[in-house]
Amino acid sequence: MALRMWASSTANALKISCASKPHLSFSRCFSTVLDGLKYAESHEWVKHEGSVATIGITDHAQDHLGEVVFVELPEPGGSVSKGKGFGAVESVKATSDVNSPISGEIVEVNSKLSEAPGMINSSPYEEGWMIKVKPSSSSELESLMSSKEYTEFCEEEDASH
Amino acid sequence: MIIPQTRNIGLPMMNLMRFKGLPILQQLQIEEQLLRTSSENWCIINDGTNDPTIVMGVSGKPAELLEIESVLRDQVPVIRRFTGGGTVIVDNGTIFVTFICNKEAVPDLQPYPRPIMSWSSTLYSKVFQGIGDFNLRENDYVFGNHKFGGNAQSITKNKWIHHTSFLWDFDVRNMAYLKLPKRAPAYRSARGHLDFICRLKDYMPRSIFIDKTVEAAGTQFSLRSLKSEAIETCSKTEFCPSTRFLTNEELEAAAVAGQ
Repeated sequence: MALRMWASSTANALKISCASKPHLSFSRCFSTVLDGLKYAESHEWVKHEGSVATIGITDHAQDHLGEVVFVELPEPGGSVSKGKGFGAVESVKATSDVNSPISGEIVEVNSKLSEAPGMINSSPYEEGWMIKVKPSSSSELESLMSSKEYTEFCEEEDASH
Repeated sequence: MIIPQTRNIGLPMMNLMRFKGLPILQQLQIEEQLLRTSSENWCIINDGTNDPTIVMGVSGKPAELLEIESVLRDQVPVIRRFTGGGTVIVDNGTIFVTFICNKEAVPDLQPYPRPIMSWSSTLYSKVFQGIGDFNLRENDYVFGNHKFGGNAQSITKNKWIHHTSFLWDFDVRNMAYLKLPKRAPAYRSARGHLDFICRLKDYMPRSIFIDKTVEAAGTQFSLRSLKSEAIETCSKTEFCPSTRFLTNEELEAAAVAGQ
C-alpha cells in the first residue's frame, strides 16, 4: 500500500482492546497486526499456505485510507512483481496503488470486492483479501517483515511524523 | 512574480507550468504521465479549458452520474480520469491547479488522502486569507457551506497528486447534465447543484487568484517556471495514460445497462 503509518484518532485506539483473539499481536500503534503473516513496508500482508500466497492490505492501511469505494484488481493468469503495483483502491477522493510484496503468478482474484469493496475496511485480513499468487521465490517471502517487525516499523513511522 | 532568492534556500524544487485554455484531456494525460514517470515535483495551472467537458473519477458510473440522453444529444465529451473522486463539468470558467509531489517534498506530511487534503487547505488558506469564509469542508473547498473547489488525488509508491477544479464561473445550463450523486458529503444536505456551489469570481479576481496561488506555493517550494514546450518533450515517451474519452457506444451501453 502506498501509505505510511498515521497516528489514529481516539476511536481507532479502541481496537487495541480486542484481546479475545489469541492470534492478535498487541501493538502500540492503533490497528490490528496478525501473527503468522508477513508484511511489506508499503503496508500489504502475505499469508503463505502451501503453494499459494494470499495478499491484501493491512488494517493500518485501510484505516488510513478511509472508506474504500472501489477496488481495481488484475486478471487471474497474470503475474506480479515484488514491489510493483498490481491494483488500486479508491477511497473518497483518492486512488492509491497496491503493491505486491512478492513475485509470482496470479491464480485467483477476490471478485467479491467489486460488489463489496468495503470488505477491505471491515475484514482486511480475511474477506478483504485481494489476490492469491503462486510465489516464484521463497527468498522474497523470507525477506518480508514478521508481525513483530511490522508493528515496530509502524511505531517508528508514526514517531517520525 | 519575483520571489526573493534568499527565501528559496533549502526549499524543494518544483516545476511550475501555466496554461490557458489547454484541453482538459491533454492536461489530465500530462498529469498522469508526470505522476508515473517524472521524479520531479510539479505545479500545473490551467486557466480555463476551451470546450465544456464532463470529467468523471476513476470508478464513475455514467448512468448513475450523468443525464446520458442529454449528454449524447448535445455531444458533450465525457472523460474518465485517473484520480478518484466525483464528477464535474468544466469549461472556460474553470481554473485547474495541480500539485504532483514526491513523498519527501513536504516535510512531515504522511502521503495518504487525509493529510494531503489537509495540507492543501493550509496552502489555500494563505490564498483566501481575509476572503470569504474559506474552509475545507469534508473534501471540498467552500466559502461558508457553498462549494467552489473540488479535489481528487492519486497516490503511488513514491509520489502523490492532488488536483483541484475551481469554479471561478460556471454556466447554469451545464449543471443539467449531471445527476445528484449517490455519494455526497453530509454537509451538502441534499441541496441541488445551484444551491450547493458558488462562484469564485464573486470573491476574487481571476488573475489575483492565480497569482496568490503561485505565491502560496512559493512559500513551500522553490518554483521554476517552465514553458509549455517542455511538456512536448515529456509526451514523447512511451507512457500510455489511462485517462480517456468515453465513446458514444460506451455511454449508450451504460444507459441500457443502468451502470
